[in-house]
Amino acid sequence: MLTVKGLNKSFGENEILKKIDMKIEKGKVIAILGPSGSGKTTLLRCLNALEIPNRGELAFDDFSIDFSKKVKQADILKLRRKSGMVFQAYHLFPHRTALENVMEGPVQVQKRNKEEVRKEAIQLLDKVGLKDKMDLYPFQLSGGQQQRVGIARALAIQPELMLFDEPTSALDPELVGEVLKVIKDLANEGWTMVVVTHEIKFAQEVADEVIFIDGGVIVEQGPPEQIFSAPKEERTQRFLNRILNPL
Amino acid sequence: MFLNNLPALTLGTAIPWDLVQQSFWPILSGGIYYTIPLTILSFIFGMILALITALARMSKVRPLRWVFSVYVSAIRGTPLLVQLFIIFYLFPAFNVTLDPFPSAVIAFSLNVGAYASEIIRASILSVPKGQWEAGYTIGMTHQKTLFRVILPQAFRVSIPPLSNTFISLIKDTSLASQILVAELFRKAQEIGARNLDQILVIYIEAAFIYWIICFLLSLVQHVIERRLDRYVAK
Repeated sequence: MLTVKGLNKSFGENEILKKIDMKIEKGKVIAILGPSGSGKTTLLRCLNALEIPNRGELAFDDFSIDFSKKVKQADILKLRRKSGMVFQAYHLFPHRTALENVMEGPVQVQKRNKEEVRKEAIQLLDKVGLKDKMDLYPFQLSGGQQQRVGIARALAIQPELMLFDEPTSALDPELVGEVLKVIKDLANEGWTMVVVTHEIKFAQEVADEVIFIDGGVIVEQGPPEQIFSAPKEERTQRFLNRILNPL
Repeated sequence: MFLNNLPALTLGTAIPWDLVQQSFWPILSGGIYYTIPLTILSFIFGMILALITALARMSKVRPLRWVFSVYVSAIRGTPLLVQLFIIFYLFPAFNVTLDPFPSAVIAFSLNVGAYASEIIRASILSVPKGQWEAGYTIGMTHQKTLFRVILPQAFRVSIPPLSNTFISLIKDTSLASQILVAELFRKAQEIGARNLDQILVIYIEAAFIYWIICFLLSLVQHVIERRLDRYVAK
């Protein structure tokens, strides 16, 4: 569905991503792991041009962007409309209710019929377990609830691909489960997803493929069973050790 | 000096209620027909100008930034009274007749626009970057994100400082008396000139009317603030 070729991103002198190649296949869930500063979030953000790569290509089935050339704004919009993004800090619109947050994209961007969108948005909120909270403002919701609204908002634009940037890292531990469950349900429904996460157990259960990034390169990738039980690279082993035995 | 000609309002002098009563409506009418419309019109045009200026100064186009920076600097660096006189005499210099009132609207709009642009710029910058990104990821353009996501939030932040600007503007319009706009203070001056022995009373009366107008409008501010605070955790 999406092929990433030779993706490179620098901030000034600092090269964050060095020639990343990866393939995201339809219906697969990819978990990206890596120490902080490894470039995993930057990679995810490059996938929908929140960061503009310096070089490299993103190729969907029906269209592609080559970042080595000057990129047209219209192409960036097209790229963004293919994917839904869920942020670590939710970034819900604070001046709109849960329902309005979910409706915003379809109504304002896709110019779809408001009544129709409203029905769909309520279904989406129902799916993430928040139908009864639809008229509340974000500040009236818990972190876990806000993040679930964030997921519904991203789904509402009917993307081909869902991107999650550490969706549970800002949550109190007891709220992590409710969000992971929603993501897991999406995986079971066949959504194509890329999830940057620190939740090893979640990656183990849900991901079809795990990518371990360090220092801006993909160090190792493969099915979770292999990465977690028999990592080949020493860097992967050390990272997993630190996460599994923090003391 | 001319003050010597005025009998001082000594303590114990009875307040001339007759004069206060007679002059109340003429002074207030200056407020209703000139001060308030002048304030509101200038504020509306000033806000439009302020938004344009704030956006221009944040744009990537360097000449645009430069032009509007010069505008803000010039307005902030010169007295309002001087600006008022320049605008008043500017149009006749090009053989265009412009009444005092529209001249005043132009001068005050330019003035408010420059000051308020800084408030609006700061309010826009106060909205977290994640809000821009959230707009982008649901497919919005930069402009759409600005108008649907950022400005509504910036607006709430800017209400208290903009209210200050508004209240200052009400009082600053008294300067328009100097270019013959028949506003509240000019009315007071005219009546005062006919009642030199009671001129202090007239000016205190004028001050009192300004105070009431400002007080009423600050109540409106509270209503707006409360309405916009409905989505913020208390």
